[in-house]
Amino acid sequence: MSTEIIKDTHAVEHHDSHGHDHHHHESFIRKYIFSTDHKMISKQFLITGIIMGCLGMGMSLLFRLQLAWPDESFPLIESLLGKWGKDGKIDPNYYMALVTIHGTIMVFYVLTAGLSGTFSNLLIPLQCGSRDMASPFMNMLSYWFFFISSVVLMSSFFVETGPASSGWTVYPPLSALEKAMPGSGLGTTLWLFAIILFIVSALLGGINYITTVLNMRTKGMSMSRLPLTIWAFLLTAILGLLSFPVLLGAGLLLLFDRSFGTSFYLSDIHLNGIGALSNSGGSPVLYQHLFWFLGHPEVYIILMPALGISSEVISTNARKPIFGYSAMVISLLGISFLSFIVWGHHMFITGMNPFLGTMFMYVTLIIAVPSAVKTFNYLATLWKGNIRFTPAMLFAIGLVSFFISGGLTGIYLGNAALDIQMHDSYFVVAHFHLVMGSSAIFGMFAGIYHWYPKMFGRMMNKTLGSLHFWLTFISAYLVFFPMHFMGLAGVPRRYYQFSLIPEFGIWMDVNILITVAALLGGVAQLLFLYNFFNSIWRGERATRNPWHSNTLEWSTDVKHIHGNWPGEIPTVYRGPHEYSRPDRELDYFPQYEKGNGEPDYYHAPSPADTSYDGKKEKASTVFFSSFAYLFMKRAKVRA
Amino acid sequence: MADLQTAPISSTWAGGRSPFNVSYGKLMMWIFLLSDAFTFSSLLIGYGAIRFSYAGSSTPWPSPDLVFNHFPFMHGVHLPLLFVSLMTFILIFSSVTMVLAVEAGQRKSNKEVAKYMLLTILGGVAFLSCQAWEWTQFINEGGRLDSNMFNFTPEAYEKAKNLKLGDHVHFTAADHIPGPVPFASLFFIVTGFHGFHVFSGVIINLVIYLNVLRGTYARRGHYEMIEKVGLYWHFVDLVWVFVFTFYYLI
Repeated sequence: MSTEIIKDTHAVEHHDSHGHDHHHHESFIRKYIFSTDHKMISKQFLITGIIMGCLGMGMSLLFRLQLAWPDESFPLIESLLGKWGKDGKIDPNYYMALVTIHGTIMVFYVLTAGLSGTFSNLLIPLQCGSRDMASPFMNMLSYWFFFISSVVLMSSFFVETGPASSGWTVYPPLSALEKAMPGSGLGTTLWLFAIILFIVSALLGGINYITTVLNMRTKGMSMSRLPLTIWAFLLTAILGLLSFPVLLGAGLLLLFDRSFGTSFYLSDIHLNGIGALSNSGGSPVLYQHLFWFLGHPEVYIILMPALGISSEVISTNARKPIFGYSAMVISLLGISFLSFIVWGHHMFITGMNPFLGTMFMYVTLIIAVPSAVKTFNYLATLWKGNIRFTPAMLFAIGLVSFFISGGLTGIYLGNAALDIQMHDSYFVVAHFHLVMGSSAIFGMFAGIYHWYPKMFGRMMNKTLGSLHFWLTFISAYLVFFPMHFMGLAGVPRRYYQFSLIPEFGIWMDVNILITVAALLGGVAQLLFLYNFFNSIWRGERATRNPWHSNTLEWSTDVKHIHGNWPGEIPTVYRGPHEYSRPDRELDYFPQYEKGNGEPDYYHAPSPADTSYDGKKEKASTVFFSSFAYLFMKRAKVRA
Repeated sequence: MADLQTAPISSTWAGGRSPFNVSYGKLMMWIFLLSDAFTFSSLLIGYGAIRFSYAGSSTPWPSPDLVFNHFPFMHGVHLPLLFVSLMTFILIFSSVTMVLAVEAGQRKSNKEVAKYMLLTILGGVAFLSCQAWEWTQFINEGGRLDSNMFNFTPEAYEKAKNLKLGDHVHFTAADHIPGPVPFASLFFIVTGFHGFHVFSGVIINLVIYLNVLRGTYARRGHYEMIEKVGLYWHFVDLVWVFVFTFYYLI
């Protein structure tokens, strides 16, 4: 019965798509604002993500100015921040707010929603071969919840006490006590509401992504023929689906602590020997456990889509099959599983039982194995490849570079004993900005440059793209690499001004170097913005398959239509990475092109498949009959 | 079903069909429930962590037997967990009527679907009403989000722990002392969050019920919507079993 239903829905969608093309012109609002078309929603996510990214980066430049020249007065800061920037210097409380919101924006709004939202929406239906997402309406809701969430978060800049300032992790008691610091007031409440809306958005999106990948692949698109992007998006969605609800629970309890006098996260706090709280009984460490149960998978929610994108980009532009497709899939699966059981490595110094810390350390270090598999597979794919250095390829190679240099320091930080020295220092800042910040944003840039022709029907300028890559690459290393040395020397993160502490005075020159490099990185992003927005209208027109890529999205017309393919959805005949096959003249072999004399996977299962099924049946017969034999023998013995 | 048997096994995951043989809507419901299970787990694990931290403390966690021992119209009688057992029974029974509604839907009997959906809704409303009574009782006795007056003075505790089913209870406010605050706040959060799910379920069931009355599904030719809301309803029921076990029984 259910099969019929599925066929029905497919037929209905098909019919709909035709209806739209021929008879019905959509209004502006239906087409550009409350669109249910996955390609438009993906553009909405991308542009919102880019705007949020500019805001987040702008904030980081402001506090970098403060760190490099703490005694200097910048009229710009006063005109931007008003009372928080008196005499051109950032107010210390506001410095914390900027750091907090910079982290929140970058982690959640740019690298989660901006990255996953954009490319899952664009590529899942196109690369799996379906007309749209399983539920286009929920997909639209997902974007609008994200949009409202962004507005709520940014609105906290306009409240009297300023935005949340207890760090992007909003640890209690700083975040639970409304009077702890200015940002702990309305700012933190808005932060929590923004995150709850964000979780709803992530949930609506995630349910859709998983369902579409599992249920709506076209004929012949078996799981082992999925492009690695889709595998990455699928696993990312699963991670989000299972970890965001825990943050929802944590946020709910925090909201009650703040507003209704409960004490889930508040234990005894004494000021001058007098209990400062009207009630107590909870534990701030509970919040940390709940938060990091999301927080660690979140790292991979950010990173995995970037890894998937770079797999496709590297394979396409090296004109080689990705090295070890199944190893890539298995390592993604391994990373996904491990990401759920390592959250304790963020909490080594909370007074955790050393035995527990050791266990967390082991599982953390095991993540190095699947990560190394991925790294070496990237390198092996590049090895002797016929490489085309498109901007997308440059950024994908950049990702591999950051994944190595940032990943290696993860081995230091994952060590429970070393972490006592290095936690909360600039070493940590350097580590996560390289391994998840830079490498994920490079993956995102790779995706933007690679799929820009698919999104907007035009090409981005290649020269500007390469320039953007080199400037960003150099500035990212100049910004984050020196931070390792600062961290090892004990410079703590989240400090407002180092010139007051003589021991850290020797790092002032390094701070200036980092800020200058960060400003250079900012200029590089202006190049990108110009290239991106200019090319929407004035870029060179794209052809149908500009990169000579194999995957299904390039079989659609350049002009977007509802339902993606005007006629039948193409059938898939082979895996996504058939580049440079010796038996072919062209150096690529699209998934949707029927070959000569190859077995048609869907319509006639190959003899090998049938014999395999037979073997399995035989094996199970042997298995069960031996059980029956043993059982009867026992019964006899007893009798 | 016939399709499944004739198609070669290797094509189950080969695209062009649902590998689980379900529609996308039902799959989405399953995935949502999986996610929601994690939300409840986070609250219950948080509850466990806080409660465990009181083990051996001088202000012990109140015994649920001595807190939830009231029954409507049976004032002053010690009836531990009787009322909450009734609530559990009502909720599980509403799951049974939901199963019957799904089954009737598979037989395409519109009238019976309507009947059993109505019973399910009534079960949900009855459960919510019971919860309202229980919350009122709890608040009247001094349970607040920021205070818990359910702990006994040592002398009163000696008396209380020897109470037997049906005994008369005569404790006054003087017999009670403040106890762990999270006991009361967690009660409101955990049962409140579950009650919110039941409430949403009742609303959803109501919408579906009205659709059944209007003949929407009879025209559509299948009652899959009943199965989807059924999944949600059973999930809410299952969660209650865990809440009941961890909050009341242990």
